[in-house]
Amino acid sequence: MTLPLVARTRRRAELSLGLIVVAVTVGGYVLVALANGPQLPPDLYALLAWVFGLYLVAHLAVRRLAPAADGTLLPLAAMLNGIGFVVIARLGDASKQYHAQARVQSLWVAIGIGVFVVTLALVRDVRVFQRYRYITLILGLGFLLLPLAPVIGRSVGGGRLWVAFGSLSFEPSEIAKVLLVAFFAAYLVDKRELLTQGRVRIGRWFLPSLRDLGPLFLAWGVSLIVLAYENDVGTSLLFFGVFAAMLYMSTRRAVYVVGTIVLLIVGAYLAYKAFGHVRVRVTNWIDPWKDPHDKGLQPIQGWYALGSGGIGGTGLGLGSPWLVPDAATDFIFAAIGEELGLVGSIGVVAAFLLLVGSAYRVAIDATRPFAKLFAAGIATIIGLQSFLILGGVTRLIPLTGITLPFVSYGGSSLVANFALLAIMLRISDDTARNPAVHGRVAGEAAA
Amino acid sequence: MNSGIRRVGALMIVLFLALVAQLTYLQVGRSTSLANDPRNARRFLRDISRDRGPIITADGVIVALSVPSNDEFKHQRVYPPDTARLFSHVVGYQSIQFGSSGVEAAYSSDLAGRTFTLQAGSLADVFATKQPVGTVVLTLSKVIQQAAANALGFRAGAVIVLDVQTGGVIAAYSTPTYDPNPLVSHDQKKALAARELLLASPGNPLLPRSWAELYPPGSTFKTVTASIAQQNNVDVDKQFPVVDHLILPQTNGVPLYNFGKEKCGGSMLDGFIVSCNTTFAQIGFDLGETFATGIQNFGVQTAPPLLSGSGFDPPIVASTGPQPGTFALNQPKFMQAAIGQNEVAVTPLEMALVAEAVASGGTIVQPHVVDCVLDPNDRVVKRVGTHVYKNAIDAKTADTMRSFMLAVVNDPRGTGTAAQIPGVQVAGKTGTAENVPGQNPHAWFIAFAPADHPRWAVAVLVEHGGKNGPDAEATGGRVAAPIAKQMIETLLATPTPASRCDSSPPSTSSNGR
Repeated sequence: MTLPLVARTRRRAELSLGLIVVAVTVGGYVLVALANGPQLPPDLYALLAWVFGLYLVAHLAVRRLAPAADGTLLPLAAMLNGIGFVVIARLGDASKQYHAQARVQSLWVAIGIGVFVVTLALVRDVRVFQRYRYITLILGLGFLLLPLAPVIGRSVGGGRLWVAFGSLSFEPSEIAKVLLVAFFAAYLVDKRELLTQGRVRIGRWFLPSLRDLGPLFLAWGVSLIVLAYENDVGTSLLFFGVFAAMLYMSTRRAVYVVGTIVLLIVGAYLAYKAFGHVRVRVTNWIDPWKDPHDKGLQPIQGWYALGSGGIGGTGLGLGSPWLVPDAATDFIFAAIGEELGLVGSIGVVAAFLLLVGSAYRVAIDATRPFAKLFAAGIATIIGLQSFLILGGVTRLIPLTGITLPFVSYGGSSLVANFALLAIMLRISDDTARNPAVHGRVAGEAAA
Repeated sequence: MNSGIRRVGALMIVLFLALVAQLTYLQVGRSTSLANDPRNARRFLRDISRDRGPIITADGVIVALSVPSNDEFKHQRVYPPDTARLFSHVVGYQSIQFGSSGVEAAYSSDLAGRTFTLQAGSLADVFATKQPVGTVVLTLSKVIQQAAANALGFRAGAVIVLDVQTGGVIAAYSTPTYDPNPLVSHDQKKALAARELLLASPGNPLLPRSWAELYPPGSTFKTVTASIAQQNNVDVDKQFPVVDHLILPQTNGVPLYNFGKEKCGGSMLDGFIVSCNTTFAQIGFDLGETFATGIQNFGVQTAPPLLSGSGFDPPIVASTGPQPGTFALNQPKFMQAAIGQNEVAVTPLEMALVAEAVASGGTIVQPHVVDCVLDPNDRVVKRVGTHVYKNAIDAKTADTMRSFMLAVVNDPRGTGTAAQIPGVQVAGKTGTAENVPGQNPHAWFIAFAPADHPRWAVAVLVEHGGKNGPDAEATGGRVAAPIAKQMIETLLATPTPASRCDSSPPSTSSNGR
């Protein structure tokens, strides 16, 4: 198979970066085992084969299905995923339950890669989402509100954001994430002209008409419904933030920035007044030591873990990250910060920034408006979600219980994020392979 | 659209830089304070999960050790089953949930290798793979401790054996006792259930009765009363009336009877041999304030022995008695105190110290259960040693008291004849202490042997081991004295183990390993 030069360069980079990912993941796994005694992990070669094999499958799928796609997105996501897996496996020493979690996670990674490949194979053109935008919307809203359904809806840890079929459970908001970002992109591309120009003149001032602000209000309302009925601050904030950002990116109207800020403040105030669980989050953020054994336990333990890690960390397998509640899911970053120190925690933050940055680059390079906005939306949702949980764990902002993309334990989150990654690569590939159509990236292809 | 995307991307960079700033604040600026916050369990976990040295007896039996475990704590503390219940009060436990007690608590730093000498010693061993954990050597002997357990059987009580010369505790066994292993289980529920069960058990098995519980000493305390009298030059040959009771002053004719309402009297020695209450109550009355100050020289109603590094945990409880300056208004109390009742309440260990005072010629040394700490190369890094606690009496008084206590065992009239051992002179004193009305009295015996060259001081207490009634005169003598006899026989039959604390340390170089 002969590929154009840009494709060859990108795939070679992807493969060589992948070798680093495999080395870091397997090396971390070995370090965890060595921390417990002078023995290599018994399943070392199985793990090596598994990690290497999965990466190879993903890489070959890209080579085959999106050969000219950006070469850094997959290695970055895989690196984050690998670090997450090592920490989840490391927590396996603490209790048998977590050990089971490591096995489950390795299966979910495989399923995530599977979904990645299938998405690449099925979505040959992202405009399919644009064409079926209303089906996308209905499915997205359906998934978002699914936990409220009787019988299958489940409440875990105060938030009603799970559905369960027998022993199988997942967070549908993660799937909704993919679909709703696609719908937002399709909708905003359609209405961009209208939303950009519509204004009413009052004296000297041009103000947006109510119709212009309508979508923002609608998104705000849906977010509040999620907050009110699913007790899920994280998801609520994430959707509103992403929609507002996409609205701004497609129109560049300052009024949407002002509107977003005003609605955020009003929404936060209403939520604070109306919902006890929101008040708890705020008071916990201001001073978790007021209730150190119950409500404040998790943020305090997160701080202890990060602080105890210091600059260099305790070393993998040598800290006590299991002291932090939910160390494998929402608080996995505290475990990383304890054992890998500031070096590791900033490394993870940098990896996210690079991933998000590469995604924005894909958006900027994209030539078709829908693909461009879709890519920008995906970049924003990954960036915002990681910021919300990282800021919550470090107590930069109030804690909202959502997963850290690619890193946290949890199947639905992995599957959804790998699907987003596949769409990202599809858009990137499409841009690189059709430069003639729109006259962009020609320079890069010729380089 | 691109400029909008760039701006949102720039906002994302700002947000992530804020994260980096917050992380730097937490992991650099606040790192030390967060890592050392006493509420941060990691500090404690570091201790519990590191290797920990063993605790061994004077005769070389390992009574506590750490074995590797396959959980996050890395090491499991184990108390070998055949000595677990035998040594639990002395050795204690190191639990994740309940903290530590006993030598495990008192010598935690040494066992964990956190003391300066242990760390400094290991600096030479740059390539040492092991942590420099200390080995704690007890003064207690497994053989003697086992003998105490066999002699007491299922009865609640305590047996103490002291080395008269060094103050080292050779045996300190009390019942009911417990198995510390379930308490140190890493299974939190199991550990909690074990503790609940122990707390609900009758007799409080967690309590080291030997030094942390107070009992009326009864007639064994006449040893103290007689000593104080002689020390204050009371005429030993003074004759006391032969009566079955006397009337307590400052009361409306309340009588103080002799045991079994028998008649007795005569000299102080006569009164000591048959344990005559009326004689010693009179001596206590005659001593008055002198009695209250005199008991302090024996360690009663004063600060208990609190030598740092003695290894007692919980610390030795202070024995109590009448306070100086209270005689004028409390004459009956002083008379009862002189026969070891009323305000006098002592630990079994305290009564062993009384026997030791007589045995050693008047000096009480600080009791201790730990002999020394060894580093991984068997070098002694810490030795508890012999320290004087009290100079109770002078040599002349001690000499007379020795003859008194010998007579208790050897005189045909004596209450302690059951402690006789052919070929060895045993000196002792019985006690039958009234406690709660309606309950049987406690049976006591204190002794030392061999009387001509004392090596061991012994105290035996059997809770409610006595009986009231006409035939019960020798209750302490009948119940407790045979136990003391068994102890002394075992001590005589057991060769003194070569202490690992005495072995000359190898050359300072670590090549000797």
